[in-house]
Amino acid sequence: MDSTVTTGTAEENVWGGGNSPLGASYGKMMMWFFIVSDALTFSGFLAAYGFSRFKFIETWPIADEVFTHVPFFHGNFPMIYVAFMTFILIMSSVTMVLAVDAGHKMKKNAVIWYMFLTIIGGAIFVGSQAWEWGTFIKGDYGAVETKGGRILQFVNAETGERAAIRDFAKTIPSERAVHENKNGIWFFDEGYQPTYSFNEVMEGLKANPSILIRTEAIVQEGEHEGHKTLLNREETLKKIKDGKLVVEGANLIRNEYGSRLFADFFFFITGFHGFHVFSGVVINIIIFFNVILGTYEKRGHYEMVEKVGLYWHFVDLVWVFVFTFFYLV
Amino acid sequence: MAHGHKLEIFRGLLKFKSNTQKIWGVLIFLSLITAVEVALGIAKPRALTHSYFVGMKLINWVFIILTLVKAYYIAWDFMHLRDEKNSLRRAIVWTPIFLVAYLLFILLFEADYIYNVYKDGFIQWNF
Repeated sequence: MDSTVTTGTAEENVWGGGNSPLGASYGKMMMWFFIVSDALTFSGFLAAYGFSRFKFIETWPIADEVFTHVPFFHGNFPMIYVAFMTFILIMSSVTMVLAVDAGHKMKKNAVIWYMFLTIIGGAIFVGSQAWEWGTFIKGDYGAVETKGGRILQFVNAETGERAAIRDFAKTIPSERAVHENKNGIWFFDEGYQPTYSFNEVMEGLKANPSILIRTEAIVQEGEHEGHKTLLNREETLKKIKDGKLVVEGANLIRNEYGSRLFADFFFFITGFHGFHVFSGVVINIIIFFNVILGTYEKRGHYEMVEKVGLYWHFVDLVWVFVFTFFYLV
Repeated sequence: MAHGHKLEIFRGLLKFKSNTQKIWGVLIFLSLITAVEVALGIAKPRALTHSYFVGMKLINWVFIILTLVKAYYIAWDFMHLRDEKNSLRRAIVWTPIFLVAYLLFILLFEADYIYNVYKDGFIQWNF
């Protein structure tokens, strides 16, 4: 039995047409060519990410300090959840190969079960990614943006842990003119407003002698190599004067984690990948119902399962690279 | 029976009895690599983070090589490129590798140049 489904004609005639030199059917080859072009698109994104990162190599956020959350648990767990997501995706890839393998043996029920498990795995992955986006957008410590667009984060000198602005910001009663459509430009919204004003954070910092500023710059040599630069109290009080805005969480303009491009690339690359997973799940569901209805049993081969499997593995393949370049390196 | 699955991985070092077994074997191997990657990412051993090879930290080389190994086994065994004809495999594999290597070479060199302009030039950006 062939290891891959061949739907071409068996009779080959070199000059008369009807031969398939690559040994793959039209549909499978087109799926491969689509995957190649899609791989190039993703490579373009990742290369652009690498470009921006090399450009700001000494100030880029450290992923270990950003992705530290696990659902239902409090605490600091760098990478654990992303590793779990990677495992889920690899696992659903395995059930997909098993479905393809069962398809070759024309075992309809096995195909149904493996397809079902694949869909569940994909759904868990997409859900996890949605959760991760939510956590990323919400943020947890808050930061201050300087006039130059750089991010200043805060550290509690006593514990050495990151300090959240809500823990030390002062509440200063003040009035702010609320933008109303009738007074300003009617099609302008007020937009997002942080919980604390910059003034409140600055006053809180001045009143709290244990709060220090951590800048974006990564220490290049010495004992703290590879960590973000921690200013002493004197430098902190001087540096805060450069501040301008309070940033909480992340949006497409600024984020509390550091370089503005960081969040943009995060949304763009993981978003594009998540969209692929989502569409993969949808296609898997369509094929799943076709298998149940016996479409491929009647057709005599399960090549459709193989083709959708190729797409699904490709999604997994891309994630392997995203995982490395976004979370590990 | 024209030709069956190729059931050997690691250049014939490991031979499986059936395709299903090979799939599980590859899964175990991929999970192991991921576990090593995550462990290294958390531990960050000083020996790897403080030594450089061609301008990049050794630990990043390890990550990239492990990623390529993973990609190889996903493509070869899960996407069964191992069982496809050589010509199809080469068309699929070498085209992106060539183009991506070219793009990365250009973009990363350019980025490093801009980094140096920012560092040594007269533009104040980090304030």
